[in-house]
Order: sequence, then C-alpha cells, then structure tokens
Amino acid sequence: MIIRNRALAAVAVVGAVALTASACGGSKGTGSSSDAAGKSSFNAAVTSIVNPSTKKGGTLQFWANQDVDSLDPTRSYYAFAWDLQRLYARTLLTYPSQPGTAGLQLTPDLASAMPTISNGGKTYTFKLRSGLKFSDGAALTSKDVKYGIERDFAQDVLPGGPVYLQQILDEGQKYPGPYKDTDPNKMGLKSVQTPDPQTIVFNLAAPNSDFEYYLAMGASTPVEQAKDTGANYQKAPLATGPYMIQSYTPNQAIKFVRNPNWDQSTDPVRKALPDAINVTITTNADDLDSRLLAGTADLDIGQVGVQTAAQAKILTNPQLKANTDDAPNGFIRYIAMDTKVAPFNNVHCRKAVEYAANPTDLQTARGGPTAGAIATNMLPPNILGHDNYDPYGLAAGKAQVDKAKQELALCGQPNGFSTTIAARNNKPKEVKTAEALQASLKAVGINLTIDQYDGAQSSSVIGAPSVVHKKGYGLMVFGWGADYPTASGFLSMLVDGRQILADGNNNLSEINDPQINSLIDKAAAETDPKAAAADYTQINHMVMDQALYLPVVYDQALNYRNPRLTNVVFLQALGMIDFASLGTSDGK
Amino acid sequence: MVLLLILVAILAPVLTSLFGHPTDELHTDQLDPNLGTPKGALGGISGNFLLGVDPVFGHDIFSRIVYGAQISLIVAFGAAMLAVIIGVLLGMAAGFLGGWVDTAISRTMDVLLAFPQLLFSIALVSVMPDKVFGFSGSSPRIFVLIFVIGFFGWPYIGRIVRGQTLSMREREFVEAARSLGAGRIYILLKELLPNLIAPILVYTTLMIPTNILNEAALSFLGVGVRPPTPSWGQMLSDAVTYFTIDPMYMVIPGLAIFITVLSFNLFGDGLRDALDPKGN
Repeated sequence: MIIRNRALAAVAVVGAVALTASACGGSKGTGSSSDAAGKSSFNAAVTSIVNPSTKKGGTLQFWANQDVDSLDPTRSYYAFAWDLQRLYARTLLTYPSQPGTAGLQLTPDLASAMPTISNGGKTYTFKLRSGLKFSDGAALTSKDVKYGIERDFAQDVLPGGPVYLQQILDEGQKYPGPYKDTDPNKMGLKSVQTPDPQTIVFNLAAPNSDFEYYLAMGASTPVEQAKDTGANYQKAPLATGPYMIQSYTPNQAIKFVRNPNWDQSTDPVRKALPDAINVTITTNADDLDSRLLAGTADLDIGQVGVQTAAQAKILTNPQLKANTDDAPNGFIRYIAMDTKVAPFNNVHCRKAVEYAANPTDLQTARGGPTAGAIATNMLPPNILGHDNYDPYGLAAGKAQVDKAKQELALCGQPNGFSTTIAARNNKPKEVKTAEALQASLKAVGINLTIDQYDGAQSSSVIGAPSVVHKKGYGLMVFGWGADYPTASGFLSMLVDGRQILADGNNNLSEINDPQINSLIDKAAAETDPKAAAADYTQINHMVMDQALYLPVVYDQALNYRNPRLTNVVFLQALGMIDFASLGTSDGK
Repeated sequence: MVLLLILVAILAPVLTSLFGHPTDELHTDQLDPNLGTPKGALGGISGNFLLGVDPVFGHDIFSRIVYGAQISLIVAFGAAMLAVIIGVLLGMAAGFLGGWVDTAISRTMDVLLAFPQLLFSIALVSVMPDKVFGFSGSSPRIFVLIFVIGFFGWPYIGRIVRGQTLSMREREFVEAARSLGAGRIYILLKELLPNLIAPILVYTTLMIPTNILNEAALSFLGVGVRPPTPSWGQMLSDAVTYFTIDPMYMVIPGLAIFITVLSFNLFGDGLRDALDPKGN
C-alpha cells in the first residue's frame, strides 16, 4: 500500500496473458519530431535511429529498479527481461531493430529465411542458418530448438513464462515436458519434427496466423539438452546471441560479456557494438533517475518512465527533453462495464457512462498527456486493425451531459443510479481514475462508490464473475497489454464470450455476443494478417457500439537515454528501446 | 484553540461555501498540464484557493482540510468515548471486585497492549464487506476506525481506573458506605465514580491527540476513509509522490495535524493542572 508511481514493469500484472506490447509511432499527442534523422531530439528514437554508428567498444551501464523475473527465457514474463534476452537468446524469428512499424515485421534470426508454409497453413518448415553455436562451442541444431520448445511444456519445473507454444503444439498428446519424457532422446513432442540437423517442421492442428509471433518469444530459444539443469538453468543459461552472462547476483547485478562463439556472419539483426554490458539493480528509483540525468547510467531498462521529480526537471529543460522518448508502450487503460450487473445490462446505461465521462480528467488522473494519449477505442494505435473510431466523441476531451441524460432516459433511469467502481489499492493511478470518473458522473446523477480491493488478488476479485456479482461491481478499472502485436493477441481475451472464466477472467464485461464470437473465429482462420486485422477492426467497432468498455488512455512512458548512446531505436514490438542495438559514442 | 478547531469542523459546510469550493470539484485549469502540479507559487495559494490546490485534480485544499478536520475529530472523539466507556467499566470492575475478575481483565489488557494494532486494522479493513448494516461508502470506514482505535485504546485508561479504584476501595468513605449497608452498585456509582471523574477527564483529553495521529496513520496506509472523502492522512500519503515538486501539499495537512495535536495536548495539560491540586 506504499504509494509509488513506478509499477512493476511486469507483464505479470495482467495475469497469464500479459503484456509486452508494442508501441506506436506517430500517434497524435506524442508530438514526434523527426528533423534530421539520427539527431537526438524528443521522441527521435520512435521514428528514426538516434546517433547511428558502427563504433565498437565500451561498456553499457544499464540500471533497473527491479530484478528480472528469470534469466531463463522459458520462465520469464517481464517486458524488460524479454528485451534483455535479445542480447543472449536468439530465436527462429525475431523483430528487426527498426523504428516505426518496420520493427513489427518478423525477420529470420536463427532461421535462414521465413518459413515455408504448406498443408493449408498447418505446416511450418524452417531451415536453420549454418555455423550456429552455443556459447560453450557446441553446434546448434534443430534438435536443440525442439528441446527448447519442449521445455515450455514442463510448467511444473519451469513455471512463469508464456505458454502459447504449449497450448498450440500439444494437440491432445498431453506431452509432460522433457524431464518426464519417455523417449530416450527426450524428443517425444510429436507435433515438432527434426528430419535433419538444419530443418525443423511444426505441424499445427489448425491454421493460426499468430504462430510465427509465438516463435519470436524468448521461450522458444534453443537449449542444449546436455547443459539443461532444469529449474537451476536460470542461474547461468547458455547464450546463443552476441553476449553471454558472465555473472548474475540476484537483486544486485547482471554482467554480460562477449560470446566468443557468436559469429556476426550468422546474425543479420544484432550489431554487438559494446564489449560488455552491466546491469545494476537498485531499489532507489529517484537515485536511478539522478544517475541517468548525470550521465553515469545509460538507460533505465525497466522503461516504465522516470519518477515525478525527474519528470519535472526534464519537461522544464529542453536540453534534457531532447534525450527522452515518450511513446505508447502498447498498454491500454480502460474501465470495464459489467453487462451482468444492473443497470449495465442495458446498453443505454453503459452509453450514458461513455458520454458523461470527462476524458481529459481521466487522462489527468493517469498523469496527464505525458503518461498517455486519450484512447477512443479498444485497439492501441500500434496494432494492425486500429483506426480512429470514436463513436462517443471522446477525443474532444469533454463530458457530454445532455447526451448522457438522453441515454439515461432511454435506459429508464432518468435521475441516474448508484453503482460501485472497483480499483486496485496498489495502483494509485487507478484509484485516481475512479475518483475522476466519480466526479464527472455525479453531474448526471450517477453516484459511484469506490471500492479499493487488494490489487495482488485481482484475478480472484474482479477476475471472478461470482465475486464481481456479489460485490456489485458495475465498473472496474483495469489495464491490458498484449504479448505480441496482433489484434487477436490483444482484443480477443477481452471480448470473447467463450473466455469468461470462473477465476482469472479477463472478459470483464462478460459479453457473450455470438456475432463477436463468430468474427473472432473468422479472424483466427484467416491466412492473410491484413484480412484478420480487418475483422478485428469490425470487432473493435462492435465492442465500442455496445459500450462494453470505456477506454481511458493508451499508456506512454517518459524515458531518458544517455546522449552517449548510439543506435538508439524504440522497438514497437516491445514498447521500449531495443537493448541489442545500442553502442557508446565514447568507447568507454 | 480547541474550541476553534471544533467550530471549524462543525461549520465545515459553511466555511467551504464562503471561502472555498466543494471538496470533489476539479480545477484542472489551476494545474500545469504536463506536470499535473499547481501552476501558482506555494502550491497554488491564491485569493480564490486559500491553501492552494492539490496535484492531479486541483481539489481545493482549504475545503479538504476543513472537511478532513471533521473526519479526524469524529474519529478521535468517537474512539475516545468508546475507550473511556470500556476502560472505565472494566477498570472499575477489575479494581473493585479483585480476585479472578481482576486477573482476567488485567491479562486481557496486557494482551491488547501487546497486540499489533496496525496490522490488525489493515487486515480487518481488507476483509470488511462493502456494505455493513445497510451503510456503504465512507461511513462504515469511519465506524471501523472508531472501533479499531477505541478498542485498542481502552486498556490504557482501564489500567489507570483500576489503579485508582484499588487505592480507593479501602478508603474510609467507602468503608463507611459499606458499613451503612450500601450495595456494590451504589458504592461504584455514587462513591467511587465521582472521585474518578478528574483523572478520566484528563486522560480522555490527552487521548484525543493520540487518536488523531492514529487516524492519520491508518489513512496514510490506505485503510482510512475512502476517497473522495478527504482526510489528512490520505492527503499526506498522496503528497509523498509530489514532495519534491509540490512540497506545500505535504506541509499543509502536516501543519493541520501538528496544530490540532498540539492544542489538544496543551488543553489536556491545562485541564490536569486545574483539576489536580497536588500538581500545582
């Protein structure tokens, strides 16, 4: 219950399918300025590569005010840990180090080319590059890739990471993971085949246009079976990327040095400029900010924004501001309206809330324009399928009392009503959001009681419909970020009527609309991502027309970068600076 | 000073309508849009906003301080009453009856004194249902605060009353009453209680500032009244985030608590001097 601005960087916040999302290039409100490409200016890394350079050498001084959840990519779900993995854990496909939407297009990494897709979209065949090695010098083959994916199945030994591959590749075989595999070579996962050391074949039960994105997560990185120590692997994982872990002291420091067995000719994505990378973990966020502004720290790898004090210094000093980026990180903040809690079972009462809310006050509650642009619908701007659909005129930033009253009359509650709004007690900004909504809804006679519940228990409080009904939560303040930048990964969990769970539910509106459900199925079966995106545009419009969610802001975080950093790129896919492309201009 | 504070709390609605703005009215025009902190100097103090505005929403701090005084004093007085009632009843029973009753009550007081009050309060508030006896919103929280602070406050006064009762029950006037055939209840109410009034009064007055601090601490920790009902502790905990750029937001509720606690302490001291001739 201690007040803090800096929430955990974590994905874990949102539950099993959490965040690391993407970011958006020039959304309005970010005021991106891209004069002479390459020069350091506010938001320059969002649209261009800042200080492009090929100069090698030096040591990057990364700081963080929180440790990684795990260095074992199979077990990690923190957004910044996924970014760190780009230094040492390669995957078949990855995101290129490019600003803007170019950084969202997957590119081959361990694979020599994009996969051959056959059998009606159900078979993916990858060829590996030649000359790949682990940091201990062992050759990297397709069996190692398969073994790394098999580890995702061993959730009893290696919990904590994304489980997409487990869900899609199990196909009813109930594969227990390599540690309980009855196959003597531990190659028992039938849906993945390795006909030769350079080839790996995935057989899916049904086409899935998101499959390639699952393979770009660190959880699919190859692991050498002979060196796998199970739960202890996270202490010293082998590297496949340009850097390897020299030492790791939990909650204190991680030191990366060059991996002598990495070969630049096998890696078109990474430049590997610095000689070493130190991550120092502190618990004092304000001290971290002072070090950033003094230039003794290069980057806060948490990337969730500087503290209030540093923000005040930066925003009032144009020179400091030129070294910052403030771009959407792929999170959306919203207020869910539960269609199973009266009077929100009536669409007009929900619309009344959309009109009566004051979007500017809600934005202010989240920290003003620096912390996020006003959201007008439920798809953030970086996700394919986003448009500027705004049926309630939220972008104007004003409460519309007359329209709200009309809707209230249509709803049969002309004098308003009372309901409860739930907010996590460990998220001061969510409590403030509830207060702001309370103030604006009062003008039309809707009286809100704010219930601050234990935020650590959110999956069993607002995530449990029975509890929500018992407590009468008509409104719930929450946030959401996708693990990968497609609309299906983002929106389906929030509106799919078949995903209403008894516990850990994310469809807070409890909407179960056959039309939305069938469009979700249609999108999943599309082979063309653009067609799937068009389906989601339609779903997004239906969600807004039914007023299931009141969107608040697309989150942004004001982050400072040391001016000595070279090749700074804001990677939309992760919603933060790409750690793997950075170098130093002074060689120190 | 004490009377003035009580007047301020009682007249909060009047004062607010004369000199302030409703506590939950937003004045975002008074804030720097980028930083969310007051534009004006000293936390935005001006003729229109006597004590400035708070960051993020631009609430009028003057109104919130005045209404916060209401909450603070209601909780402090309520808890003091509760503690006095329980403390006097049980303290007198223990002192007068002695024997196993005394042992039981004294040990209970020891246990309560050793009880982790803050942790208990936090746990209690988080399991408390949203609606209690038909009340919802901030009122059940006020009752919980009164209950928690009062319930853990009674052993202090209970011990004093028990000690006084013990020393008085063998005194001549009590013996005299007893030999004249007075019943226990009569002796307790007519002989002992009047002699206990002075220490009880003094102790109650001194308990109020402690209760105010307790209420502020609980609100600071987020288990006090719910926003948007203003409270001093809540304002302080809010102010921590903005301390470096808007220190006035922390100074003002801090001063309010300081002044209130100090004046009640001085009042209690004065009262003791007046009622206890031996102290002079």
